[in-house]
Amino acid sequence: MQVLVLATLDGIAYGALVFLVAVGLTLVFGVMRILNVAHGSFYALGAYAAASIGGALASAGLSPWLAYPMFIVAAVLVGVVVGGLMERFLLQRIYGHEETLQLLVTFAVFMILDNAQRLIWGVQPYFYSEPLRLLGNVKIAGITYTAYQTLFLPLVALAVLFGLRWFLRYTLAGSVIVAVTEDREAATAVGINARRVFFLTFVIGVTLASLGGALASPTTSVLPGMGAEMIVLSFAVAATAGLGQIEGAAVAALMIGLGRSMAVFFAPELEVVMPYIIMVLVLLIRPEGLFGKSTARKI
Amino acid sequence: MIMRIIFPALVLLAAINPLFFPQWDAFLTIVFAKALPVIGIILLLQAGQVSFGHAMFFAVGAYCAGFVGRWMGGGGEIVILLVAALGASVVAGLFVGIFVVRYRYIFFAMLNLAFSMVLFSLLEKFIHITGGSDGFRIARPTFFGQQLSRSDFELGVYYLALVLLVVSIYGVWRLLDSPIGHALKAIKTNETRVEYLGISPRRTLLIGYVVSAVLAGVGGAMVGVFQGIATPDYAYWTRSGEFVFVAILGGAGHVTGALAGSYVFEFIRVTAAAYLGDTWQLTLGVVLLGIILFAPSGIVGSLIKLGNRVRGVKEKRSQSSIGKAGEIA
Repeated sequence: MQVLVLATLDGIAYGALVFLVAVGLTLVFGVMRILNVAHGSFYALGAYAAASIGGALASAGLSPWLAYPMFIVAAVLVGVVVGGLMERFLLQRIYGHEETLQLLVTFAVFMILDNAQRLIWGVQPYFYSEPLRLLGNVKIAGITYTAYQTLFLPLVALAVLFGLRWFLRYTLAGSVIVAVTEDREAATAVGINARRVFFLTFVIGVTLASLGGALASPTTSVLPGMGAEMIVLSFAVAATAGLGQIEGAAVAALMIGLGRSMAVFFAPELEVVMPYIIMVLVLLIRPEGLFGKSTARKI
Repeated sequence: MIMRIIFPALVLLAAINPLFFPQWDAFLTIVFAKALPVIGIILLLQAGQVSFGHAMFFAVGAYCAGFVGRWMGGGGEIVILLVAALGASVVAGLFVGIFVVRYRYIFFAMLNLAFSMVLFSLLEKFIHITGGSDGFRIARPTFFGQQLSRSDFELGVYYLALVLLVVSIYGVWRLLDSPIGHALKAIKTNETRVEYLGISPRRTLLIGYVVSAVLAGVGGAMVGVFQGIATPDYAYWTRSGEFVFVAILGGAGHVTGALAGSYVFEFIRVTAAAYLGDTWQLTLGVVLLGIILFAPSGIVGSLIKLGNRVRGVKEKRSQSSIGKAGEIA
C-alpha cells in the first residue's frame, strides 16, 4: 500500500515535468506543423541554466529563495534568446518545405546544442537541490515526500495548463494563434501576420521546455544526454494524446508518469520502456492518439 | 551515367585502393558498412517516409552476429554470422514493419524511434545477456572457413563490405525501377490513387521496410564484427538520425547518395575529431544545416544538376540552332 502511494506521488511529480515539456512540443507542432527534435535540448539548456544561476546565487550569498523567480528568468532567457534565434534564422527559411527536411533542420540544431552543452558545462553532472530543501517535506498517507515534488511541481503544471487555455481562448494574441492553426491562409487574408504568430508560438514552446528543465534541475542530476532522453519521452506523451492536443497532453503525461513510476517499483526492467508501451498500445487502438481528430483523406 | 560510368569507376578504385593506400582500409570499411543502412533509408525516402529508428535493425544485426558467434564458439564463421543477422533483421523488420506501415510522415518517423528506444533500453537493462552499456564483445570469426590474422581478416572484411555495398546499391537501384519500386514512389506522390489502382500501399511499404531493415541489419553486423563490439548505443535514436543525415547529405534522390554521404560524413567526423577536438558533432550539425539550406538535393543530386546544366546548355544551343535553321529554311 505504502509503495503504491509512493509510486503515485513519484508519477505525479514526474508527469508534471513531462507535461511542461510535452505541451511546448505539441503547441509548436499544432501551430507550425513542425516536430521540433531540438525540443529536448531546450529542456537540458533550461536545466543547465538554472543549475548555473542557482550556483551563482549561492556563491554570491543571496537568499536561496531567489531560486524560484530565477527558474522563470532562466526559462524565458533560453526561450527568447535561443528559441528566438532558431526561429528567426533557421525555421523561417524552411516553412513549407518537405517534412523530412524540417525534421532534419531541428535534428541539426539538436546536434549543435548537444555539443555546445558539453563544451560549456562539461560532462560532469551538476547537482542543485537547494530549492528542494527550502520547501521541506510533507506527510501523505504515512509517507514523507518533498513538498517541491508533491505540491509545487503539479501546481506549476496546472497553472501552465489553465494559463495556456485562458491565453488561447480569452486573449487576442491567443485567438490569433488559434486562427492561424485552424486555417493559415484565411487568417493571413484577414490581416494576421502568420510569421509573427509562428515566432511567438515557438518562443512560448521553447520557454515551456526550458521551464520544465529548470524545474527538473533540483530533482535530478543535470548531465549530458538528458535532452536526448526527454525529447523521445515528450514525443511519446504528445503522440499518445494526439499531436496538437494541449489538455490531452496533460492526461497523457499523467498516464505515462504514473505508468513509469509503477514500473520503477513493480517491474524495474521495464522502467524506460513503459512510456513507449503505453504509446504503442494507445496508437494501436486510436491511430490519431487519445484526443486527436482524424483528418479527411484527399485524393 | 552514374550507374554506368561513375559508380563502376569508383568501385574499381576502391578495389585496387588497398594496394596503394592500405592505411585507408579501416576508414573505408566503416564507410562501406555504414552506407548499407543509408541505402535502406533512401529506399524509404523514395516513398516519402523517413525512419528515425533504423538504428534498431543496425543493433539487431550487430548483436545477432555476436550471439551466434558466441554460440558457435570462438567467434563462428563470418558468412553464417551475416546470414543470421540477415534472418534476424527480416524477422525484426516484419514485426515492427507490420505495425509502423499503418502510419505516415511524423508518426512513421517517431514510432520507429520509439521502437528503437525500446530496444536500446532492453539492451541496456538486461545486463546478464547483453553485457549492458559496456557492450557485447564479438570475437573475430573465421573468414570463409579460414582462421586469418588480424590484418588479413581486416582486408577480407574490407572486400566483403565492398561486395555487399555494390550488390546492395545495384539491387536497390533495380528494385526502384521494378513495379514495386514505382509503387513505392507513387506512395509519396499520392497514396489514395495507388489504392485505387488496386495496389496495397501498406504491403508495398512493408516490402520496402523489410528490405531497408535487412540492409541496416547486415550493415550493423559488419560494423560489429569489424570493431569487435556491439553496444546499446548502436540502437540509440541519434544514430538513426545520423543515417537520415547521411542520406540527405549524399542525396536522397539516388542510391549512390548513400556512398557519397557515408564517405563525407565519416571524413568530417574523423577530421573534425582530429583537428577540432570534441566539436565533431557541432561541425556535423552545421554541415547538415548548410546542406539543407543551400543544397537540399545532396551531393549526388547537386552533381546530377550540375551535369544536366553542362549538358543542358549544349542541348539548348543545338536546339536554338535547329530553330534558327528552321526559320531560315
